[in-house]
This record gives sequence, C-alpha cells and structure tokens, in this order.
Amino acid sequence: MELVVFVLAAAMVLGGALGVITRSNPVHAALSLVLTLFGIAVMFVSHNAHFLAAVQVIVYAGAIVVLFLFVIMLLGVDKTEDINIEPITVQRPLAAIIGLGIMGILIAAIVAADDVLVSRGSGIAATTVENPDENVRQLARSIFSDNVFAFELTSVLLLVAVIGTVLMARRVKSSGAGK
Amino acid sequence: MIAAIQPTDTWYLILAAVLFGIGTFGVMVRRNPLVMFMCIELMLNAVNLTFVTLATAVNDINGQVVVFFVMVVAAAEVVVGLGIVVAIMRRRNGLTADDLTALKG
Repeated sequence: MELVVFVLAAAMVLGGALGVITRSNPVHAALSLVLTLFGIAVMFVSHNAHFLAAVQVIVYAGAIVVLFLFVIMLLGVDKTEDINIEPITVQRPLAAIIGLGIMGILIAAIVAADDVLVSRGSGIAATTVENPDENVRQLARSIFSDNVFAFELTSVLLLVAVIGTVLMARRVKSSGAGK
Repeated sequence: MIAAIQPTDTWYLILAAVLFGIGTFGVMVRRNPLVMFMCIELMLNAVNLTFVTLATAVNDINGQVVVFFVMVVAAAEVVVGLGIVVAIMRRRNGLTADDLTALKG
C-alpha cells in the first residue's frame, strides 16, 4: 500500500517537475508546479508530517502559485515562449551536465550514508485516531519553546517583505522621481 | 509479492535529489524569469522533502520545524522576487532574462 502511494506521488512530483522545465507557456508551467507540490504534500502525509502537508497545500499551491498566475496575468506574458531557440550554444549541454552531476553526487552521498540514518532524536509522536492532533501539538511545542526567537524573526521578515514589495511595485506619481 | 516491498527513506531522499537536479537544470536553461522562480521552488521543495524524510529517519521533530521556516522564507522570497519582476517589466517589454542587461559591464 505504501509502495503504491510512493510510486503515484513520485510520478506526480517528477511529471510536474518535468512539466515546469519543458512547457513553453508559463501558465502551463505554473499548473505543473501545482502537481509537484501536491505530490510533495502526499509524501509529507506518508511521513506523518500532517501539519506541513496542510501548510504545503495552503501556502504553496494556494498562495504562491496563485501569486505566480496573478503576475503572469498582470504582465500579460502568457504568450508561448519559443524554447527551441538557444541563444548560447553550449548552454543546454553544460546545464544538463551540471544538473546530472549534482544529482549524481547527491545520490552517491545518500547511498553511501545509508547506515548513518539511525534514530537519535527525542522522537516523533505518530498521529493516531485517538490523538489526531499529535503532530501539530509536538510541532507547536518545539516552535513556541525552543525556536521562539526564530519564529518571531520570521514575522519581522514577512513584514519587511510586504513593505518592500509594496514600495517596489508602487507606481511613482511624480514624473522626475522614476528616472 | 510486490506489496511486501516498503519504500525506505533512501527512496525518498533519492527522489528529492532527482527533483533538485531537475530544478537546477531548469534555472540554468529557462529564460523566462517567472519560470526560473518556479524552478527555484522545485529546488526548495526537494530540500523540504529531504528535511521531512530525515526528521522521520533520525526521529527528531526539529527537521519538520526547519521545513516550517523554509516555507515562510520561500513565501517572502517569492513575494519580493515577483515584485522585482513586475517593477522591471513595467519599464521594458521583453520578458527573458537575456534582456536584463542594465548591469552588464
């Protein structure tokens, strides 16, 4: 059963990822990205990370991809880009070598370090029917006690990002200031 | 027979590595800044999957906490990046990364 879930979710993830890099229309690429994000959310569920799976769907598939589509609509760039032209001739072979190289190095390291994966933490409580919110409870306990300073910093980061984006995307009214 | 095979943590890690490689290739090949951002999201998701898998493997909830923070930073990064793209595209028409040569030496 778990194998079926893994294979289906992996097909979603890889199919979506290939769609992002091969579709010439940016809207299609954004929708392929949704497929990948849902596959990742399924994998989060199979790793007992239920809260993160929900956040993945809400924040990534809900907010970030909608933001992408919104910008595509706003700029009117949903024209199909000709991906067959290659301005720099050796770019694609070099990029393929680098991408496959990174992939190969990572897989080699993962296979070599297979025996390092031993349980040494304080434990992740499994979510059961009796304790449906155990994952959220444990995550909250860690975020709001051990990592509370980082949590507060993320609120500052979001505030700075929002103010910065509003300032940047604002239309400058006076004629001379924009130059 | 086949149902007896359980996907181990190594499978998930290898899948995340493949996803990261695809994202790297996409960032270097695609010329539309928006699609390049999407490829960066692919790489971030590969890292998130690695973190969650390792949290299960070493039995430590802090792996999932890190993913939470990565998601917050990714959201902020997309907001700022798309703001920059909108601000640039308002002044010029072309929408490929090749057209952005204002800082070319």
